[in-house]
Order: sequence, then C-alpha cells, then structure tokens
Amino acid sequence: MAALDQAQVKEGVDQETVDAVREVGTYKYGWDTDIEMEYAPKGVNPDIVRLISDKNEEPEWMTEWRLAAFERWTKMDEPTWAMVHYPPIDFQDQYYYARPKSMEEKPKSLDEVDPKLLATYEKLGIPLKEQMILAGVEGAENAPAEGRKVAVDAVFDSVSVGTTFQKELKEAGVIFCSISEAIKEHPELVKKYLGTVVPVSDNFYATLNSAVFSDGSFVYIPPGVRCPMELSTYFRINAENTGQFERTLIIADKGSYVSYLEGCTAPQRDTAQLHAAVVEIIIEEDAEVKYSTVQNWFPGDENGKGGIYNFVTKRADCRGDRSKVMWTQVETGSAVTWKYPSCILRGNESQGEFYSIAIANNYQQADTGTKMVHLGKNTKSRIVSKGISAGKAQNTYRGLVSMHPKAKDSRNYTQCDSLLIGDKCGAHTVPYIEVKNNSSRVEHEATTSKVDDDQLFYCRQRGMDEEEAVALVVNGFCKDVLQALPMEFAMEAQQLVAISLEGSVG
Amino acid sequence: MAVPEVKQSATEARLATLTMPDAGCTRAAREDALARVLETGLPGRRDEYWKYTRPDTLITSDAMPAAVLKDDEPPIFDKLDRLKIVFVDGVFSPNDSDDLSLEGVSIDRLEDICCKDIHWAKELYGVLEARGQVPVQRPLAALNTAFASDGVAIHVTGKPSKPINLIYRHASPTSDAILHHVVRVESGAEATILETGPAASRFNKCMEIDVADNGTLHHVRAQGRDHERRAATHMFTRLGQESVYKSFTLTVNGVLTRNEQIVELTGDDAVAHVAGACVGDGDFHHDDTVFVTHDAVNCESRQVFKKVLRNGATGVFQGKILVKAGAQKTDGYQISQSLLLDDDSQFLAKPELEIYADDVACSHGSTSGAIDETALFYLRSRGVPTKDATNMLTLAFLAEAVDEIEDGSLAEAIVNRLEGWLARRS
Repeated sequence: MAALDQAQVKEGVDQETVDAVREVGTYKYGWDTDIEMEYAPKGVNPDIVRLISDKNEEPEWMTEWRLAAFERWTKMDEPTWAMVHYPPIDFQDQYYYARPKSMEEKPKSLDEVDPKLLATYEKLGIPLKEQMILAGVEGAENAPAEGRKVAVDAVFDSVSVGTTFQKELKEAGVIFCSISEAIKEHPELVKKYLGTVVPVSDNFYATLNSAVFSDGSFVYIPPGVRCPMELSTYFRINAENTGQFERTLIIADKGSYVSYLEGCTAPQRDTAQLHAAVVEIIIEEDAEVKYSTVQNWFPGDENGKGGIYNFVTKRADCRGDRSKVMWTQVETGSAVTWKYPSCILRGNESQGEFYSIAIANNYQQADTGTKMVHLGKNTKSRIVSKGISAGKAQNTYRGLVSMHPKAKDSRNYTQCDSLLIGDKCGAHTVPYIEVKNNSSRVEHEATTSKVDDDQLFYCRQRGMDEEEAVALVVNGFCKDVLQALPMEFAMEAQQLVAISLEGSVG
Repeated sequence: MAVPEVKQSATEARLATLTMPDAGCTRAAREDALARVLETGLPGRRDEYWKYTRPDTLITSDAMPAAVLKDDEPPIFDKLDRLKIVFVDGVFSPNDSDDLSLEGVSIDRLEDICCKDIHWAKELYGVLEARGQVPVQRPLAALNTAFASDGVAIHVTGKPSKPINLIYRHASPTSDAILHHVVRVESGAEATILETGPAASRFNKCMEIDVADNGTLHHVRAQGRDHERRAATHMFTRLGQESVYKSFTLTVNGVLTRNEQIVELTGDDAVAHVAGACVGDGDFHHDDTVFVTHDAVNCESRQVFKKVLRNGATGVFQGKILVKAGAQKTDGYQISQSLLLDDDSQFLAKPELEIYADDVACSHGSTSGAIDETALFYLRSRGVPTKDATNMLTLAFLAEAVDEIEDGSLAEAIVNRLEGWLARRS
C-alpha cells in the first residue's frame, strides 16, 4: 500500500474513498489450507482431458465433447487485444486437476466432509452449515429467517466439496448441485443447454475451459418457481501451480426467478495462477436471473508478484420474451482480469442490466465490461460501470452495445466513470456502439453531469448548488448498486459504500 | 509479427502499380515510409482499426471508376476572397490557380522544396506521419509519404489577409491521386486553410501540420459531391505551447470516405478542436477516425462529430483521447452523435479514452437515435410542414459541429451547403 500512501491525491477526491480503496487492497484471504492433495500430472493433452472426465465419472458423450474442444483449442491463438500485459503463460506448466485426498470418495453429506475443508470455508466466512449467520455482517442475525438463507456450493480447487440445503431446494423442484453431479444425474438438461450460450469455439479461454473444466455449479429452476433462497457458489483456489477451470450452468425456465451469488478467493503465492471459468445462463419467457459476484482472487503483492490471472467468459441468453438478467459485479481481486459478462437479448421486451465496480490497486490490471446484444424488439439494457485505479494499476472498461436491425424500439443507457488515485495509474474506456435501426436509442455517457433532471431539480430546489446536487445523486446511485448486493456480500459492500466518485475523470 | 499472406499479396499488388517519384531530398523519408508499409502491409479487413470500414477498395491496384458529377451548384466559398491553389485529379494546375504569392505566407510546390532548399519542409516531410504510426499503424499514410506525386509546402510566417484554398477538381472517371502537403505555422502566425472538392475517383491525401508556440491554424474542409468517389485522408498535427488548431470537415456523398485526424499536443496550454458534420444518403460510408494525444500540461481538446444518415448510409466514428502520464490539467471532450432518418442506416462508434494522469477532466458521450418526435410535433403544431420541420431539426442537430468554425462567413457557406443538400433530398 506504500504507493497509495505516498500518492498525491488530487483535490476533490474524497479521503474516505482513498481509505476504502486502501482497505480493499489489503488482502485478507492470503492464507492457505494445509491439506493432502491429489494432482493430475502437469500439463494439458488429450490424456489429461480424459483423466478429468474419468475422475468425474462422465459418460462417453461428455468425454468426446471435451476432446473436440481440446482439439480446437490447440489451433487457437491467445487473444492479445485486451489492455493487459503479463508474461507468456506456459499452459503445460500447470496442474489442471487437483483435489483434496479426502474427496476421493465423494462424501454423502456435509457431515462426512473433511473438517479441515469445512474450517477453511468457516474462516472465509462461508459456513457450510445450514444455519446461516453471515460472519461479521452487522445486523444479519436480525434479518428475517427467509432472507438470510443461502444455499452454498463450495468448490475447492478442482472439486465441489458439498452443497447445502439440497433437501429444501429439492422440495421446491430446484436442482442445485455440482456440474459433475448434474452430468450424471440430469444428462438430458446438460446435453440440451451446455455450450449453447458460450459455444465451444467461443474464445481461447472458453475453449480451454470446455476441454478441462473440472467442476462448477449447476442450477435448474423449473417453470413458475421462485427459488426459495439465494444460491451461492464459493470458489477457493488452494493448491499451488494449479489452474481452476470451473463451469457454471444456470437455467431459469419459464416464469421462474433466482438470485445467484459467486465469491472467490485464493492464497497468497509468488507465482501467478490461472483461473478460466465459463458461466452460461439460459433465461426463458418471463424468467429472471440475478447474478452477483464479488471477485476477490489474490491480486498479487504490492510489487506485482503472484496473483490470479482471471480470464472469464460469462454470458446470459435471454431467450424468452420478457426475460430479465442482472449482472452485478464487484471486482477487487486478481492480478489480471479479463471478463465481460454479457447479455444476449433475444426475446422481445427482454432486459439486461450490468452494474460493475472494479477497483485495481498496486500492479493490478483489469480489462472488464459487458456486451449488450439487442436482437428482440423493445429490449432494454443498462450499463453502469465504475472503475477505480490506484497505485500502478490499469483499469479498462471495454463494452459493446449492439442494436440489430430487428431490435426495433430498443433502449440502451451506458454510464461509465473512472477515478484515478495517484499519478502512476491509468483508466481507460473502450466502448463499441453499433446501431442498425433508427427506432432504438443508444446513449453512452461518461460524465457525471448527466443525471436525472428531476432529481437534480429536486435537490437544487432545496438550496444545493448544481455540483453538490450532482454529487449527491451520483454517489447515491453508486451506493444503491452496492446496497443491492445480496446479504452474503454485505460485508464487502459496507466497505465499498465509502467510495465516492467525486473527482472522476470521465 | 509477420504480415499475413493475404495482406502481403494485396500490398505487393498495390505497390506494383506505383513508382516512387525521383524526389531528391525527400527520397530518404520516402524509402523509410515504404519500409513501414512493407513491415505492416496495407490495411486488411481483419484489422481492428478497420473494424467498421472495409479498406478493400482503397488498396486495390487500380481505382474503382467514379463518374464526374455535372455540378450546377457554384463551388463552395465562391463568394469569398481566397487564394486558390487548384489540383485536377491530383495534379497541380498553374492555369487555374492564383498567383501563389501572398503576404505572411510562402507557398511552394512539393517538387520544389529540394531545389529551393526549403529547410523546414525537407525536415517535416514524413516526420509527423512517422510519429503518428504509434501506437496505431496507418499504412495508407505511409504509402502516401512514399509515393505522393504532388502537393504544396505552406509556410505561414505572418497573418495572411485571406484564406488559402486548396481546390481538388475531379475530371477523369478513373483518376487515382496521391497528394502530400506540409504546413508550418511559425510562432505568433495565424492562417486559414480551406480544402474543397471531390479530388479524384480515389484520393489519398496526407497533410502534416506543425504549429509552433503561439501559432494558430484554422482548417475548414468541404468534401465534395461526387457520389462514387473514394477518399482516405490523414491530417497529422503537432501543436506547440499555447498554439491553437481548429479543424472542421463537412462531408457529403462519396461511397467511401475515411478521414483520420491525428493531433498531438506537445506544448503546454495548447488547444485543439476537431469537428465534423456529415450527411449521407444511400450507398454512403463515412468514417471519422480521430486520435488526440495530450502530452503537455493544461491543454484542451474537443472532438465534435455529427452524422445524419438515411437510405442505408453508414456512419463510423472512432475517436480516442490519450492522456499521457504527466499531462495534468487536461481538459478533453469528445462527442459523437448520429441522427438516423430511417431504419436502414447505421451508426458504428468506438469512442475511447486512455488516461494515465489523475488530475484531468475527460468526458465523452455518444448517442444515436431518430428525430425527436416531440420536437417535430411542436413544430408541426405551429404550422411548419413535416418536411421543413425535419430539415430544421436536422440542421439544429448539426449546429454544434458547425459552431466550431470561428469565421462567420465560412460557417455561413457551410450552412448554405447543408440547407441545399437537405432541400434537394427531402
């Protein structure tokens, strides 16, 4: 944090913000769990792909699917267009599969899980017991019982350790399990949906993931069901030199609703580790999915040593009319982030929302944003992205808004603000805007002056000057996003609420 | 990185049709530029920088034929007193041009800069173009430096009494012109350069502008009316301390226009405004690519681009503000807006910011949409016919860009042109 302490902070930047960024930059999850692990040999080749498939006891079609992906991957080039720089990754110098020895026999219930693993999650504030008092969150114990229930799927390196509240979810008809289990138990669903949103050939990292993904979460919400509790997956990388490749598949059938949370941490190590995940979400008619992430992978130390390379492909396909998806992400971790949670708005009147706060400190590099692809009529999307850079970090917003010719009467509103703390960091904006019909309106703003006129008028009427009023409205909005984060993330959110974007550079 | 095979063969095919002029003192600069072309190859359709514009027809061996429009409209700025320098299909025409002597400025043909030993021009030729190749390559500009067959060197030392008008006439339906101009504005000097006309069937133009401390250059361009013409132009501008550069471009018609403006603010307190208004109808593709680099303290830059599109016309805007580390107190602004008059047209934009200094204010905005129905209704309810109301709102939409022209008479001429276009088209 030395860099931040010495930095001359520009006038107008809120001290509370600087403190909050500093606080966020202190990594609290850098410890590791001393546990006996079992590894597949280093490197990736068809044998490793088969081995992962075997370990997960997958049917033949899945193995073939993986092998086809691997074949394709060998012919692909690593993308270089993102504004991130890192030494070349040796894909053969990594472990692609690591699991705790004690997981060799899949435990039948959480009671059988190795206490060391349970303790790990306990320490992270994610108790894998079915009484959820969220550790350290003020007021959580007073929250209504329904509101605090969160079903957790815990993924430790390459395997899922266990999933809570299975029974209660089953009663509601919700399927929530690890993807390896889903491939065995619900092959028809997996076969129907896997790879339909993020095709095997989508991009270099997604293709690699398709070949070697070891575990992840699977969610199916049947028609008309409102998921009785929030679902959550907590990813922990523990082993050294190990890449984590998880795959998440969420299907919200007609008229259903689910709120899904994702958290991730990793121990502090000197060497960089690779994390390449794929998340696919399918949303049918009138269904709604809320997907929230607090990404807190180890960001590397203050000299830029170590950290996670986070190369993630996340995409939601709003297939049905009036379907809705909302991505909320708080990105504070990872040495390098390459992540663009996207929305394909296929159904008429479907809606996509993307709220992001990305904080980069020390030598962190974040290249993140979203894609809003409007295909259906009357579709709406909204992008709100706040990037904060401190130390020697680089933070890039990269996004696409595309209005296809048939997406008549669609709307997009994009706002992205960046804040620089200190003069050694960078903030960049790379939006792509493609409008192919004239009944749609697209607005991209990166100024704080464009706030709701009515709100502004209200404030001014009460004697505030314009600047104060704008600041109030913008900051109020930022806080709104954070407070909309589910209870699970309330602790992180409480810290981040102190951040204001006064003095942002556009 | 090696040039992909497809690109390499396209580049070779294009180069085969060109001969480097026997250019004496600019020879070294031309050889260097050719090396740059060979190193990167000419633009290909998979290049990120050409994502929204297909460069194919700009690099073919021969220019695609373009009919010469029989123009009944008097040339723009006709009523204004100006010094005319005329090029017909990219060749200087002494008979059509005025006497090139004017107080406060000296104008020479590019081919004379060696024999007349014009130092500043020899030293500037190809230099700003080469600087402008980083971080984004512009091979068409390098091609221009290597093979430009004509052009002028304009040296502004005082405050000339009238604008200098480079007039580009189009005469042959297969002309393929490459022009390269160099401009130097000395400390405290001030001039206005106008560029008008359709130029050629295919036109590759490059202008290098070096504005010294306290110098001022106004640039107003009206890209002409021939429907089938194609153009790729580059303006490389370097600005010294407290210098001012203001550029406005009006583009009407033309199947393909790519205008690149590369501005580098290297002296403190410099000001750069780059604006453009374009109106496109039918088979029309117009691309404004702007790259503004702030490399000094307390500079101001503005980019204002407005596009009115209909009947399948395409408008592209790629704009960038790069604020280098240390370029504190930068005030950068960028706006790109399109008005789509029907459902077939499209607007593609990439408004970028890249900022490495913390005490700056940079904002950018981009919008796209149809004409405001409420405003239309308001005008109609007051008895204005739909056609006139639409034209009125279209002009109002373009006004922010036209307002960047400081000289009232030049702005008026531009507005008249726009009104004429709208009246003919609606």
